[in-house]
Amino acid sequence: MFDFLTETFMLRAFIVGILVSLTSALLGVSLVLKRYSMIGDGLSHVGFGALSIAAVFGIAPLAVALPVVTVAAFLLLRLNESSKIKGDSAIAIISTGSLAIGIIAVSISGGMTVDISNYLFGSILTMSHSDVVLSTILASSVILIFVLFYNKIFAVTFDESFSRATGIKAGGYNSLIAVLTAVTVVVGMRMMGTLLISSLIIFPALTSIRIFKSFKSVIICSSILSVSCFFIGLVSSYILETPTGATVVCINIIAYIVFYLISYVKRKLLQHRRSAS
Amino acid sequence: MPLINCNNIALSYESRTVVKDLSFDVHEGDYLCVVGENGSGKSTLIRALLGLKSLSHGSIVFSEGLSKNEIGYLPQQSGIQKDFPASVYEVVLSGTLNSSGFLPFYKKKNRLTAEENMEKLGITDLKNACYKELSGGQQQRVLLARALSATKKLLLLDEPTSGLDPIVSSDFYRIIEKLNRDDGITVIMVSHEIKTAIKYATHMLHLHRNHSFFGPKEHYLECNDCKKLLEGGSDNV
Ligand SMILES: Nc1ncnc2c1ncn2[C@@H]1O[C@H](COP(=O)(O)OP(=O)(O)O)[C@@H](O)[C@H]1O
Ligand SMILES: [Mg+2]
Repeated sequence: MFDFLTETFMLRAFIVGILVSLTSALLGVSLVLKRYSMIGDGLSHVGFGALSIAAVFGIAPLAVALPVVTVAAFLLLRLNESSKIKGDSAIAIISTGSLAIGIIAVSISGGMTVDISNYLFGSILTMSHSDVVLSTILASSVILIFVLFYNKIFAVTFDESFSRATGIKAGGYNSLIAVLTAVTVVVGMRMMGTLLISSLIIFPALTSIRIFKSFKSVIICSSILSVSCFFIGLVSSYILETPTGATVVCINIIAYIVFYLISYVKRKLLQHRRSAS
Repeated sequence: MPLINCNNIALSYESRTVVKDLSFDVHEGDYLCVVGENGSGKSTLIRALLGLKSLSHGSIVFSEGLSKNEIGYLPQQSGIQKDFPASVYEVVLSGTLNSSGFLPFYKKKNRLTAEENMEKLGITDLKNACYKELSGGQQQRVLLARALSATKKLLLLDEPTSGLDPIVSSDFYRIIEKLNRDDGITVIMVSHEIKTAIKYATHMLHLHRNHSFFGPKEHYLECNDCKKLLEGGSDNV
């Protein structure tokens, strides 16, 4: 029954999927804790705009999306820091703007092509060899950089003003987080679709935070959760013939509910024990 | 040569000047207490000393022996998220980052520093506890341990005891006095509990719009500003 697991397209899907799940889990923790959850969502819309434009001009989608989304990530971060425009309004402006541009571009280029719909809804099973190579390189670099800067990313996420005050270049690390997020969103779009990639970023983090109380344990739990949910999602999407991205998100939601229930029960037990003693 | 020399500085937000014509020196081993009404610019001054706020006039010169990554800081309102998952050890250890340069991981030395400071502040048994689940007083101790992990020379504390009950608060003052006296750490502390603060300080800086006071504690006790404040008996100056 599980013969399909050894097919080439399945192997590709597993390699890319596991790497993308890992990167989004790692960055997700930082983004969620910095209250930047919506940035992932905004960036995926920017990604959609960029892809559509690339389709109009017949350029390779990732080659356009990567720089555009990176610039947008910087911009969103800056806007978030300056108090003139509220962060969430900034995201709304940029993401709906990109969406509008994308929709116009799609209609100019003659409606929904297979390519565009692949990016909208994700299509991990139809990835080409070059897609796989590029995604693997990008995702592995993100993971490597994250691990190397893990301690600083913790410090800057936990308390930016202390980090700044004691001579850590917090601005630089914020930019680093922005670039890594941009790469994650672009790579993840191919697999999850622009509409769903942000949930892959925020769900594992939100779920782990329910139960785990140290940064390291949250990071580890998110990574394991993200990869497991992807694995279960991919296999069940194949068996149930459902879209992969959406299925992975549903598995993530189930995991969230399970963790929520566990933390609820734990809290109740604790209260019970306290009032008993 | 003083550790810090503030020469005729002015601090302003946009066009509004908060502090002006302020000069003072801090020497090694001093315990400077900064007081003044709410909004008189105490936090702004601390942020300026840390290089987080630019001066609109004047200069702040640090002695050559003191570089920016040797300062420990305890903010008035930390930007820490209420529900951030972090263990006490992770928080304290992060204080040592400023001395580890580009190295990606903590060294043994960093871990020892963190453990030493947790011991000093009596929070060793909380090592694996979750920071956000601690009481206010315990949290302040953790943040002080983090600040200590970042410095052996200079601590900047911005109202570290606000929101703590009196017993916890006076414990905290004693810890800081000990750090100053026994470990020779220079302390600059903003405080609203003027009576307690004045007990331990060597120098006072009273910020006031036009006539700030700076000098040794003994002089401050004789000046009129202080008498007014002490007699007023108000602790929220
Ligand atoms: N980021 C800021 N932008 C504009 N004004 C500020 C800012 N921070 C503080 N202020 C103003 O500067 C004055 C001094 O503030 P602060 O240094 O926090 O006072 P204190 O710590 O003595 O209570 C206050 O009037 C405050 O409103
Ligand atoms: Mg203040």
